[in-house]
Amino acid sequence: MSLANSASGNPGSGKPASGNKASAKYSLGGLISRGARGQSWPRVWRDVPLKKSYDVIIIGGGVHGLATAYYLATNHGITNVAVLDKSYLGSGGSGRNTAIVRSNYLTPEGVAFYDRSLDLYNSMSIDLNINVMFSERGHMTLAHTDSALRTMQWRAEVNKLQNIDSDVIDPSEIKKLAPSLDVSDAPRYPILGALYHPPGGTIRHDAVVWGYARAADHRGVEMQQKTEVLDILVEGGDGPDGKGQGGTVKGVRTNRGDISAPIVVNCTAGWATLIADMAGVKLPIYTRPLQAAVTEPVKVFLPTVVVSGSLHVYVSQTDRGELVFGASVDPFNNYNVRGSLEFTEELAGHVLELMPGISRMRLLRQWAGLCDMTPDYSPVMGFTPVDGFLVDVGWGTYGFKAGPVSGEMMAECIATRSTPKLIAPFKLERFLTGELVGEKGAAAVGH
Amino acid sequence: MLLVPCPHCGPRNAADLRYVGESHARPDPNSATKEQWRTYLYIEDNPSDWLRETWYCRSGCRQYFVLERHTASNEFRNPPIPGNKIGGRA
Ligand SMILES: Cc1cc2nc3c(=O)[nH]c(=O)nc-3n(C[C@H](O)[C@H](O)[C@H](O)COP(=O)(O)OP(=O)(O)OC[C@H]3O[C@@H](n4cnc5c(N)ncnc54)[C@H](O)[C@@H]3O)c2cc1C
Ligand SMILES: [Zn+2]
Repeated sequence: MSLANSASGNPGSGKPASGNKASAKYSLGGLISRGARGQSWPRVWRDVPLKKSYDVIIIGGGVHGLATAYYLATNHGITNVAVLDKSYLGSGGSGRNTAIVRSNYLTPEGVAFYDRSLDLYNSMSIDLNINVMFSERGHMTLAHTDSALRTMQWRAEVNKLQNIDSDVIDPSEIKKLAPSLDVSDAPRYPILGALYHPPGGTIRHDAVVWGYARAADHRGVEMQQKTEVLDILVEGGDGPDGKGQGGTVKGVRTNRGDISAPIVVNCTAGWATLIADMAGVKLPIYTRPLQAAVTEPVKVFLPTVVVSGSLHVYVSQTDRGELVFGASVDPFNNYNVRGSLEFTEELAGHVLELMPGISRMRLLRQWAGLCDMTPDYSPVMGFTPVDGFLVDVGWGTYGFKAGPVSGEMMAECIATRSTPKLIAPFKLERFLTGELVGEKGAAAVGH
Repeated sequence: MLLVPCPHCGPRNAADLRYVGESHARPDPNSATKEQWRTYLYIEDNPSDWLRETWYCRSGCRQYFVLERHTASNEFRNPPIPGNKIGGRA
């Protein structure tokens, strides 16, 4: 914190810019005068030499790693921190997701956790001084079967008990909210009802990544891009090379040399297993690509996010007018983010069943990102059998919305050396003690 | 598209099959400790490398088989092994 208040704002010089003054750079006058003079903008976060040691090393420059760094600095004054990314910030799931946020999960543990994240998202534009374009447009999960409707009623009751705005609505109400949906009984899977969650919506994911990175940088945290972790240095463990159970973390080996640190945090999502292996820690995670696609822009006609679990598809419309589609993860493990024709074919078929009116729209792009899936569709957070090696992984297809609260909790975990109550249910040991937190019913398709 | 070499039907589109998952030897349910059993159920190797995995030929011969695939390049090596003897989490 002291760094943030004392240093003169001069990005690029190696000194952190001061917290709130940085915003003055983006005024309308500045835009006009820079435009007239053909001047480009200064770097938003510093590019500083890699040091030999830090208090905390965070592996992975996605929303989880960056939020952890930000809250370490902001809430706990721990600023001798480096965020390492093998590529650029936001190159993983954080820059590829479909940006849906909501808190209508199925388990009380999940609901409390995701709701805290929504709170943090609500004040983020002010806290980070960047427009994250939070569009609270409502989130609707369709039911096409009696059993789906029953699960939704269950979810709605769990939600209401925790003061979450969430209710089951019937087809006529669905039609009012989203007139383009076919609620007749003509489709193969007619729409029987929906779980409606007004506080859900979308947020501009790039702004979240950049906002956390810039704010953490202003407080003294270093962003080290193109810095790939090749090994984790552990001593005294039971496994080969002193790794594993009972060991203590000493630092990391990177493509730019060894760095020492007493705390190393794994925030690498789809790559989480590869990093945990380097410390000798086994995870209940398998890596699957998740694909998404976007159409050409048209006039705004779809006011809410629509999810259909039975049809394995969800859709929302951006402010520019494009429809953004997603589905379930690919059917087999993969570290390869190539798109497939099966995905687009299935997607088109299913979307047209929901909204026959858009059959002439064209897809512009399709892409994929890696997802770190867990058996119970809940994350794995906190301490591991290796002292000083922490994980914030298992984010599957739902980790974007959880970024803020995860960062806040991981920072507290590191600073206090104890597990905060909100994330205690997500401990790694739960898989060996059989205390799973089953969220499949609420997270398999509607991320 | 991924062409999966079924030992009975030959190469088939992955969409015709069901992916069962990593092939691990199943501990004996009668003598396994809770920890061994849960490790078998939940813990994954998940390498970005060669992986021994079980597939089920859902729309073809309806048989299980085990094969070795590279999870980054999607190449296959060694002939597929018919049956589900090695384990797999069917
Ligand atoms: C298509 C798609 C749609 C999605 N939709 C949603 C949604 O609507 N709502 C939602 O909540 N979630 C969604 N998700 C999930 C969400 O995007 C992720 O869970 C989340 O972004 C994970 O963030 P992260 O910071 O943990 O990891 P990532 O953003 O994946 O960051 C991990 C970083 O680790 C780095 N890394 C990996 N290995 C190394 C190494 N050896 N050394 C250094 N760095 C390394 C990578 O370069 C990467 O930048 C979606 C995901 C995808 C792919
Ligand atoms: Zn076959």
